[in-house]
Amino acid sequence: MADIAFLLLIFFLVTTTIETDAGLDRMLPPIEPPDEDVVIKQKNIFTVNINKNGQLLVEEELMDLKKLRQAAVDFLDNGGAPQGTPEYCSYCKGKRNPDSSDNPQKAIISLKNDRETKYGTYITVQNELVGAYNDLRNREAQRLYGRDFTEMEAEYLNPETPSKIRDDLKDKVQKIQDLFPQKLSEAETSTNN
Amino acid sequence: MAKFNKKKGSDVPAVSTASLPDIIFILLFFFMTVTTMKDNTLMVENTLPNASEVKKLEKKDRVIYIYVGKPSREYQKVFGTEPKIQLNDKFASVSEVGDYILEERAKKPQELQNVLTTALKVDKDANMGLISDIKQELRKVNALKVNYTTYEGDAFRNLQ
Repeated sequence: MADIAFLLLIFFLVTTTIETDAGLDRMLPPIEPPDEDVVIKQKNIFTVNINKNGQLLVEEELMDLKKLRQAAVDFLDNGGAPQGTPEYCSYCKGKRNPDSSDNPQKAIISLKNDRETKYGTYITVQNELVGAYNDLRNREAQRLYGRDFTEMEAEYLNPETPSKIRDDLKDKVQKIQDLFPQKLSEAETSTNN
Repeated sequence: MAKFNKKKGSDVPAVSTASLPDIIFILLFFFMTVTTMKDNTLMVENTLPNASEVKKLEKKDRVIYIYVGKPSREYQKVFGTEPKIQLNDKFASVSEVGDYILEERAKKPQELQNVLTTALKVDKDANMGLISDIKQELRKVNALKVNYTTYEGDAFRNLQ
């Protein structure tokens, strides 16, 4: 009896691959262009270019990949709109530089890559940009609810969480997402240079 | 069997093995339930990149997989070493991606058809040009939710 069970056990032990896939979630833009043209101020756009050698051009300057996260955080959290205007960002802790983004709702990160860029480099850049958003969202979630946003979101997305807790979390997650909406635009790849 | 003589003659009973089959069965059932047989044989090299800000892909029935990478060694003679797309069990060109997604979507139950995620399992040495083409195809069939499947780890390791 035990022998047969052992045999089966060993078979399943060997064939088991407990794989839980994980990765970066992204939404692609719909193919139909929006009805009206939206005018976006240049200062609200944070351009990131990756060339085929994996070098970064951020806001027309060469930048090290390790500094990208901080640069993105600075840009998103800038809150350059002056106090008193409806665009004023009360929770931003940035430098409030009038030449950078008005508020996180307006701030857009534009990512462009070459056709010959390595996928690994692209993922690293994506990871850093998503990380910048997560850092800021965690900060706000800590301030408002005393816990990390990423943790709250994981609990909300977990199907095993009781629905009562999920309903409660849904509002909180939504609120934080509204404070720092992820606006990451990806233009079509360039072929030149 | 060696015999150990204990002078004090304490009578510690031998450990009963009567429950051993039960324990083994419990383990067996555990592994039987968590086992998922691989349904796709990989025909491409698939070393995923690392990322730290990952989210788990929860429900497997809502995921459509697309593999991209260099053909594995046994296929290199026929297909070369340029990264290729693998859908199900065969190589495909970019133009077939859209049809594949529609086909897979039609197979799923009605209520899941709007919440499907496309998991892109791409080798880290693939070029972005191919990925951009795939993304363009996905946009055409309105499969906008994508997940770049990665390993969990330090993202800067991708650069080496």
